Amino acid sequence: MNALTFTLKNALKFSVNCSALTPNSLDNKSITDVANIKVTYGNNTVPVSDLFDITGSDATHIVFKNASNKLDYIGAHMSSGNITIEGNAGSYLGFTMKSGEIHCTGSAESYAACNMVNGLLKIDANVGDFVGAGSEGLRKGMRGGTVIIKGNAGDRVGDQMRRGLILIEGNAGDYCGSRMIAGTIGVLGNVGAYTAFNMHRGTLLLKNAPSLHSTVQDCGTHTLPYLSLLFKSFKKYNTQFSQLNSQRVQRFVGDAAYKGNGEVLVLNAQ
Amino acid sequence: MLLNNIQIDDTFAEAFNMRGARVIITAQNLKWAYHAANAMTGFATSVIGCGVEAGIERELTIEETPDGRPGVSILMFAMGSKVLMQQLETRMGQCILTCPTAAAFSGIDGEDKISLGKHLRYFGDGFQTSKLIDGKRYWRIPVMDGEFITEETTSMVRAIGGGNFLILATSQPAALAAAEVAIEAMKKVPNVIMPFPGGVVRSGSKVGSKYKTMFASTNDAFCPTLKGATNTELSPEIESVMEIVIDGLTFEDIALSMKVGIEAICNLGADSGVKRISAGNYGGKLGPHLFKLHDILNGSNS
Repeated sequence: MNALTFTLKNALKFSVNCSALTPNSLDNKSITDVANIKVTYGNNTVPVSDLFDITGSDATHIVFKNASNKLDYIGAHMSSGNITIEGNAGSYLGFTMKSGEIHCTGSAESYAACNMVNGLLKIDANVGDFVGAGSEGLRKGMRGGTVIIKGNAGDRVGDQMRRGLILIEGNAGDYCGSRMIAGTIGVLGNVGAYTAFNMHRGTLLLKNAPSLHSTVQDCGTHTLPYLSLLFKSFKKYNTQFSQLNSQRVQRFVGDAAYKGNGEVLVLNAQ
Repeated sequence: MLLNNIQIDDTFAEAFNMRGARVIITAQNLKWAYHAANAMTGFATSVIGCGVEAGIERELTIEETPDGRPGVSILMFAMGSKVLMQQLETRMGQCILTCPTAAAFSGIDGEDKISLGKHLRYFGDGFQTSKLIDGKRYWRIPVMDGEFITEETTSMVRAIGGGNFLILATSQPAALAAAEVAIEAMKKVPNVIMPFPGGVVRSGSKVGSKYKTMFASTNDAFCPTLKGATNTELSPEIESVMEIVIDGLTFEDIALSMKVGIEAICNLGADSGVKRISAGNYGGKLGPHLFKLHDILNGSNS
């Protein structure tokens, strides 16, 4: 069986809510049923067939072709299967994702992996703000799963993140790990201002030394054996993080302004 | 049954149900892993007086340990889950937490999860941090040498304790030398431990006593100095008896271990001074698992 493929017919004027197009929600549906599913397009609802050419029948693997950054909520609430996005994705990619795998070959807009519970989200290019954060009104962000970003990430990566792993091979913006409750964020590039702002717990693993505010305290340079466990868990991902092996890090703890016990570990210690 | 002119008695070892757990202990090098493991498995020869029976199962290579450091695996057995949990936590706190560079991880998966470092984390006084890595929760407790790492839980599985056999020889040195040979061979069998000092026990016991407060007492039928004073099991030329007790995760593990040990002794031949191999048979009072020596050696045990 071929993957169930949605090929975008034309460039989109408005955003489309793709949350209905997940492997678990399309399981056992015929092509006709799928074509008739109504999706929100701007202020209207339209059948899927108005926007996409639909081919294939294997709903456990869904492919979006010619994808654009107006395709929001791809993989939202997804609980099984795989989604491949050939191109860019819109906002809320993998929103509240519970299981399965999403692979975006392009960039994604803001709120990727927002409220994510479990599963794997891979983005080959850049991503917007609030990766792995909580959605509006929630006091907890990502609660589990793994996010791998090959490019750069925007501001507020892991804002209020509760659990899980975010690996960014490029740079991250301002307020990386802000209000973080637990979990791990790795950044191989540079990070912006106010890293670990109001951080409660959790780990920021940085390759390069950040400019930290005064309430994140330097605890010195140490060899931390637990990093071998962490690095071993990275091996299964095809990422530059798989190459890490030094357990020697400079450790900062904070945010003291928040009575926080979060840690910032810098691999390239000065 | 004769094996290399050594008589194998037509009897059986009688074993009982236990609860078991495996812990992997790693350290900067094997020397310190052994320091931690020896402390953790110390005073753990018999449930009669120690609460648990524990021993080092084997050394682990750096490829086999979770954190890529040298390590050893230990097995702990107890008569009930409550005792096992209590002993495990106590020994973790006093023997592993205190040992320089040591870390502890679960070495077995099962449905019954028990605490490994779950409560020990409070030693961190609020500075402890947890990490959930690949679905397993680890605790990092700041200590004076750096950080103590422990997995939050391990598993408790159903196990068997009290597998045994007796080595009957013409002298004490002969009995002990044969026991040492058996232990060396049995150490290579996975999933079992021989919890007594050096793997050997010289004070085998029977169930019950003439004294009301004692529920076990010396196995007088196998005491060579009592040949004329009790209903002895020993012939005139036997001057010393050594026992090897085996705890294991399954019946098959213990049976294999017994087979390996007995065969190693029999390979020495009767000239070694060993004349008979027997087993602790308590007439069905001790436990439901019967390890029949002849069946084990014939490979037909079940």
